[in-house]
Amino acid sequence: MTDQMDAGLVAGEIAEHPDALSKPYAGGELGRGRRRKEDAKLVTGQTNWTDNITLPGLLHMAVLRSPMAHARIVSVDVSAALEMPGVIAAYSGADLAEEQGALPCAWPVTADMVHPDHPPLAVDEVRYVGDGVAVVVARDRYTAADALEAVAVEYEQLPPVVDMEAAIAEGASLVHGDKGTNVCFRWPFASGDSYADTVAAAGDDAVVVKRRFRQQRLLPTAMEPRGVVVAPIAAADEYTVYSATQIPHILRVMLALVTGIGEHKIRVIAPDVGGGFGSKLNVYAEEVLALVVAKRLGRPIKWTESRSENYQATIHGRDQIQDIEIAATKDGTLLGLKVELLADMGAYLQLVTPGIPILGAFMFPAIYKMKAYDFHCTGVFTTKTPTDAYRGAGRPEATYAIERIMDELAVELGRDPLDLRKQNWIAHEEFPYDMVAGLTYDSGNYEAATEKAEQMFDLAGLRAEQKRRRDSKDPVQLGIGISTFTEMCGLAPSRVLGSLSYGAGGWEAAQIRMLPTGKVEVTSGATPHGQGHHTAWSQIVADALGVPFDDVEIITGDTDSSPKGMDTYGSRSLVVGGVAIHKATAKVLEKAKRIAAHLLEAAEDDIEFARGTFSVKGSPEAKKTIQEVALATFAAHNLPDGMEPSLDSDYVYDPENFSYPHGTHLCAVEIDTETGFTKIRRYVSVDDVGKVVNPVIVQGQVHGGIAQGIGQALYEDAVYDAEGNLTTGSLVDYLVPAAPDLPHFETGRTETPATSNPLGVKGVGEAGTIASTPAVMNAVHDALRPYGIRDIEMPATPERVWRALHGSSAGRDPSGTVGLLGASGPDTAGNAAGGAA
Amino acid sequence: MIPPAFDYVAPTTLAEAVAALREAGEDAKILAGGQSLIPVLRLRLAFPTVLVDLGRVDELRGVSEDAGTIVIGAMTRHSEVLEDPLIQQHAGLLVEATATVADPAVRHRGTFGGALAHADPAGDLAAVALALDAELVAEGPGGRRTIRASEFFVDYLETALSPDEILAAVRIPKLEGSWGYRYEKFSRVAQAWAIVGVAAAVRKEGGAIAEARIGLTNMGSTPVRATPVESALVGASDLAAVQAAAASAADGTSPPSDLSGQADYRAHLARVLTGRAVAAAAGMSS
Repeated sequence: MTDQMDAGLVAGEIAEHPDALSKPYAGGELGRGRRRKEDAKLVTGQTNWTDNITLPGLLHMAVLRSPMAHARIVSVDVSAALEMPGVIAAYSGADLAEEQGALPCAWPVTADMVHPDHPPLAVDEVRYVGDGVAVVVARDRYTAADALEAVAVEYEQLPPVVDMEAAIAEGASLVHGDKGTNVCFRWPFASGDSYADTVAAAGDDAVVVKRRFRQQRLLPTAMEPRGVVVAPIAAADEYTVYSATQIPHILRVMLALVTGIGEHKIRVIAPDVGGGFGSKLNVYAEEVLALVVAKRLGRPIKWTESRSENYQATIHGRDQIQDIEIAATKDGTLLGLKVELLADMGAYLQLVTPGIPILGAFMFPAIYKMKAYDFHCTGVFTTKTPTDAYRGAGRPEATYAIERIMDELAVELGRDPLDLRKQNWIAHEEFPYDMVAGLTYDSGNYEAATEKAEQMFDLAGLRAEQKRRRDSKDPVQLGIGISTFTEMCGLAPSRVLGSLSYGAGGWEAAQIRMLPTGKVEVTSGATPHGQGHHTAWSQIVADALGVPFDDVEIITGDTDSSPKGMDTYGSRSLVVGGVAIHKATAKVLEKAKRIAAHLLEAAEDDIEFARGTFSVKGSPEAKKTIQEVALATFAAHNLPDGMEPSLDSDYVYDPENFSYPHGTHLCAVEIDTETGFTKIRRYVSVDDVGKVVNPVIVQGQVHGGIAQGIGQALYEDAVYDAEGNLTTGSLVDYLVPAAPDLPHFETGRTETPATSNPLGVKGVGEAGTIASTPAVMNAVHDALRPYGIRDIEMPATPERVWRALHGSSAGRDPSGTVGLLGASGPDTAGNAAGGAA
Repeated sequence: MIPPAFDYVAPTTLAEAVAALREAGEDAKILAGGQSLIPVLRLRLAFPTVLVDLGRVDELRGVSEDAGTIVIGAMTRHSEVLEDPLIQQHAGLLVEATATVADPAVRHRGTFGGALAHADPAGDLAAVALALDAELVAEGPGGRRTIRASEFFVDYLETALSPDEILAAVRIPKLEGSWGYRYEKFSRVAQAWAIVGVAAAVRKEGGAIAEARIGLTNMGSTPVRATPVESALVGASDLAAVQAAAASAADGTSPPSDLSGQADYRAHLARVLTGRAVAAAAGMSS
């Protein structure tokens, strides 16, 4: 009560509602498993999705898309559409050619990278099914959809370019005829000793295993498709752009650069955003088109993506062919790694398309010590939807290849796969460790995570069951898969991004504003799209400032109210954005301490701060709460001479290093050899993501990540036919696993703090996705190895497994997609099969 | 994902529905839950001029008994089929198959009659109707007629109903004697269509199979009755005999080839799943 009375006296004769003032901070916010403060709103439908936004005079835009993978546009006639009642405007690419600009690619990975022009609406040629050809604008979305059918387009078909290897063969048809090649870039990277020399020097002691893995193309499938609303103030040439995006800040800069509208005249708002997984880390044609059309018409414009459009026109993920070679001495000591990568760019370069395989380049050596590493990547254009960042972005691909080939090497050496890993991984006392690929891993404890996973998994019991099933020729075989993964998070130190030719920095901004009543407003440039930023940020601020969790309000996703930011991707939010907030709170505290000292008439050095209260050393009764200090600052009656009457701070944090979460995932699968069906019997994950702010959020991220990685292993595949049509163009054919298809996840954690940031955090957004795909596929191969099966491509569909088991690679699907690699008949002799334990 | 424009009528009696359908002409479609039709409209794969919504025709909903037969109103929802005591007691195979249809949201909107009239050979319920010798009751301007399931499914998405007829009810004879049943559905994810499904009902006498009824899902352009297996099963008293009979499950079928499976894989699955379904129905464990 005295606290309240004091506050009242400072503020004057204002009667306070009892709830207006803060209760004391109870402590323990960091690491507390709070339910997300975002959820009540989400589960009761009180959300503000982009498609929910409506404005006076709103017009609806629809996009006519190419039905052909590659064609010259002979003519586009919108006149019939324009005659339909309710249609306001219709434009071809040629109509908008002068103002639509070109979609940006911010990551020219080499100086001579081929960077084709990417008009939001195709003008001369279409280069993938789904490439925009025309837009119509109507009073309602029904009329707009009907009007699309009235637009007449004449195409002259050109050869599709579907297969990456065919695309770079001599005489291949070209995606961009004027470029003279389908090669976008060649990116060589030799790090450490020469691989060839190292293997040669080892002579007869060298054991070399080579494999080719295919990272199939994936469709990101965020629950909320994309959408954009542009509200112009024509007289002022000002525009508010609402977009279902991960990157409102980057989008603002890019829209300014693309359209020539001043950056200061564009406000971008990412309202509630329902998932992204990297697919909303981009600058899309429809965002530019809605802006350009809104400017032309002086009317607000809305476009909302359908799921069919989402699968054609939103970026795809993965799509790489990996030729990987690993060398070790006969005793199992790794010598080096050689990787030759083909990466499908699709038809154009989106925001960071070429950079995705390059991010992966640093992760192939994973957690293993070796001296030699040769990497080479060729980026290839095809007449397919552009690829770009998809959860993990380069790192899942790399992790899959190394974890799969470690198992293959173990088989070759007759070693237990876990034992071989232990022999070669970085021991916990060796950190910080300079990796062969040039990264410095700051911390980790692979032994601890693995030991915990083994305990949770009952590895010995499952191996015994596996042996029983093998010996009895049980139609249901058991396989056990291991993935001891790491990844790089916290994208990224700006100077590192600069050295990789990325077009921006990797910092993050935060701002703290103490309000007169002691409540705290926090702005963050990290923009949530489902992660729970507002909960985690509130916990960080509550803990640092000693204020109640509920007294913290987080403001994100609007370039007016949180004007600076680098947005959300690459598991960077906590590691960069969270640290920025933490550092901003320190600045507030520093100033609050000076004010408290002044109010308490004590020396600043004598002021102590704990749980939201400043007190004077040795005089415990002399104290001021941080809320009292905030109110005193607001009143400004009695501040130190010359002090600004505010208790706010800004911090822009640029990380010094990446962070390196790691973990051990163990998976047991049952394969029905009669049908080829794979069922995940057991899944154990132990993740080390450093210090944890909110374990509930961490667990949710791990669950979703594992599910998504299982999706790649067993279910998901974006299949194109020979004409370049996406034949898995809906959720009927593109199989995303749901709860009934997934096992119970047994999750555990170890906690080895990052040493590269003051919170000790590492990031968790992508860990599950990166770890789970190889764990599942290693289990599948472990089950099938006694049948002589060397490699099953992802996804390991029942039919693929059945064909591999029955020695038939015939009957490829009608699309002509690649069938099995290395399938052969049953091998009754069996082999070590990694089951030696 | 915006459907083309159409007119919409929502009659409240079957007679009104028949009249509305006749008036609407050949370009009308019947809306009977909409779990197949609405996606087709949204993808603009069909352009009906009129939708006749049967959702308010109460007389088409519900389950009753008529001597030795269960009568299921065509507009009875899947979720109602699952919970109906009469169906549970006398047509358990239908309950088991219905439980595998898509997901709870679809089962709460979709209808039994709608699924049969749509005649998708990948749908789970047509094979069950076939295996249980169901009769389908159609109402049209010329009155009411009854069509046997074996004559109802004509081709891919095509039935014996004429364009002015409405499927009113499905009559399923009660299984008398000691019958066992099993619906074996094979799909890659729980919510997906069956790659192959097998609906089996068997009656045992003195430890051997005396009578078997087997319907196959997605093994041709219509649901298929596996008659060679049915006759081969008579007298089977052990697993080996069941599996020997199941070996002919794909005989005479023309399964499709698509992304989920090539024809030869489907034929193989039909044999494996038939063996499993019959074994389970007959209480023979492997």
